[in-house]
Amino acid sequence: MMSDGEELKLEGVEVATLSGATSGKFAENVLHFGRLLRVAGLPIGPTRIVDATNALQITGLENKEDVYSTLHAVFVSKREHHAVFDAAFKVFWSRNTLLGNVSGVVPPEQNITDPLKKQDAASARIANALMQHVLPSGIQLVRESEIAIHQASSRMEALCLKDFAQMDNNELTEAKRVMADLVLPVSDVKTRRFTPATNGDRIDLRKTIRASLASGGEWMVPVYKKRTQIKPPIVALCDISGSMSQYSRLFLHFLHALGERQSRVQSFVFGTQLTNITRALKHKDPDDALDACSALVKDWSGGTRIATSLKLFNRNWSRRVLGQGAIVLLITDGLERDSEADIGFETERLQKSCRQLIWLNPLLRYDGFEARASGVRAMLPYVDQFRAVHSLDAIADLCDSLTGEQNRQLSTPVDWLRKTG
Amino acid sequence: MHSVLPDSIEQTLAMLNSGGYVADRPLATVLYLSLKMKRPIFLEGEAGVGKTEIAKVLAEQLRRPLIRLQCYEGLDVTSAVYEWNYAAQILEIRLSEAAGGADREHLSKSIYDDRFLIKRALLQALECEEGLAPVLLIDELDRADEAFEAYLLEVLSEFQITIPELGTIKASEPPLVVITTNRTREIHDALKRRCLYHWVDYPDVARELEILASKAPEAGDRLSQEIVSFVQRIRSDKNLFKNPGVAETIDWATALVQLEKVSLDEDTISDTLGVLLKYQDDISAITGEQTASLLSDIKAGLDGL
Repeated sequence: MMSDGEELKLEGVEVATLSGATSGKFAENVLHFGRLLRVAGLPIGPTRIVDATNALQITGLENKEDVYSTLHAVFVSKREHHAVFDAAFKVFWSRNTLLGNVSGVVPPEQNITDPLKKQDAASARIANALMQHVLPSGIQLVRESEIAIHQASSRMEALCLKDFAQMDNNELTEAKRVMADLVLPVSDVKTRRFTPATNGDRIDLRKTIRASLASGGEWMVPVYKKRTQIKPPIVALCDISGSMSQYSRLFLHFLHALGERQSRVQSFVFGTQLTNITRALKHKDPDDALDACSALVKDWSGGTRIATSLKLFNRNWSRRVLGQGAIVLLITDGLERDSEADIGFETERLQKSCRQLIWLNPLLRYDGFEARASGVRAMLPYVDQFRAVHSLDAIADLCDSLTGEQNRQLSTPVDWLRKTG
Repeated sequence: MHSVLPDSIEQTLAMLNSGGYVADRPLATVLYLSLKMKRPIFLEGEAGVGKTEIAKVLAEQLRRPLIRLQCYEGLDVTSAVYEWNYAAQILEIRLSEAAGGADREHLSKSIYDDRFLIKRALLQALECEEGLAPVLLIDELDRADEAFEAYLLEVLSEFQITIPELGTIKASEPPLVVITTNRTREIHDALKRRCLYHWVDYPDVARELEILASKAPEAGDRLSQEIVSFVQRIRSDKNLFKNPGVAETIDWATALVQLEKVSLDEDTISDTLGVLLKYQDDISAITGEQTASLLSDIKAGLDGL
């Protein structure tokens, strides 16, 4: 057991003799390292593992730092994966590989804004991955580290115990049916591309001349084109705090179905912190998708800090996801503990950086709703559309309220402010 | 003079440094790998951290031509790859008619000829002199739409372009491809998979000082140190909407030299903050008082050394 562990280390003489032949133990270890990362959630296929072995043949194995950079270049293709890779590398390639205390892997220096939290999550993921990972035969975890791993993963479990009720088949079919008919209260946007169209509104000069070449340039029959229209990307920001908890499952189902219908949907949830759940919602099966979400999100049904969450979104995400004229669906009740000045400011910034900001408020199911809460009043001036969501029990209701006529006359935020006087 | 690719990470690092680009080792490693493995290098990072500069320095140091493709929404094949020169083609038909010898077979071949092909950046990049594959910079890929990104997949993995009338054009030697993005949109995984990824981060104090010494040497040691400490502090302490990039640091140093300053003071900072920060909220977040205490901190720190 010990000797197998020793093989994995990078420094020392044995490794130098291996550097020529990747077919040896080292290539096998790269394979296992790749598999470990895959279990930890990095998208690593066989080609990447082959690439990694090839890359290591070029850089050599003499310098641990170079091996790190080499593997990093091949395996990491997103900044978010850096922390996971880093933790995994430290665990896997350390001298006491697989014998050390896995949960305590916190690298000394990290150049990330929030090192503690990211690193914790990464270590926990790696610990979890190590547990699931089929270890190279002959290498077993020693008992002590097993306990440590258990501690790490149970801590993670405690954080994501929140479970969703299953969606039954009828519900699912019904949801799919109404989603197909859903017309979002936003129009398609024109792109700078053109498609050929017999009823197009402008002449495609290039095609016209090209067609005329067939007759040696004698005949010119105009060929028409029109602008391509696409559905704008949608960014959904969904409140999952305590006051919204009865709806959060429904909204996630809605976002999942929306993501199936059109490709460019980015979803975020927020309570006290902001989480990007786009990837998790990409699972085909809605229950899998929701499970993945619940594993990811750590603040179900807690407090709300709308201003802080919006601020985080504005700072870290708005430039990444709002670039292509996105529509923002903000789903929250607007009940807020942060100060009003902040929330107004952040909502304004959000509105200025997107194409349209649509606020869906489930509280509006009461017909007598008035915009009294200070948070609501602070946000209202900056939203483009304010939608009531009456009696929310199914996706059908949600679609209804997004498309339906019943509250169109009252969808402008100014009316709501005026109504309250 | 020498267009030989570097042979080790050290040589890559030295090459970048001699081109005036102060690189760190991870970047040199990734760059070296991309040269060796003939894979595109995918550089992601905030605006103004020197992504585009890498391609420029690479081309200059390796004495290769630099072909730049600036991406924008609606970028299509005719402006990125090739286009037929229809006007010249019609003229050719007319001329051969006038000469009387309009042989149909010959004509149909000759009007879809290299002479009438207008080559754009991507096609140019595939054609090169022996051993002199150009550096192809695909700048701000996130600004192009998904449709163009999909087109790039073929070009970047096979280094070939298919022109229906001519057939497939394959690069005799793949170009050195540098792709940059500002992350205003997520690039699809399929494209990323074909590249070697590197996140270009803000430099640390030592590296930023080196950068200033090479890009704005007239600023002098003391001023440079103060500038770098100040910039590093506001990057880490203040929750700015947009952190100043390296480009802004260099601009600021140049600006201060133009104003004939040898040391930072509170008034100068508040007068010239617009060089460093480009959002009103960020500028107003740094008030006079904070500047003063930050400045005295920095000066005390530097004097203590």
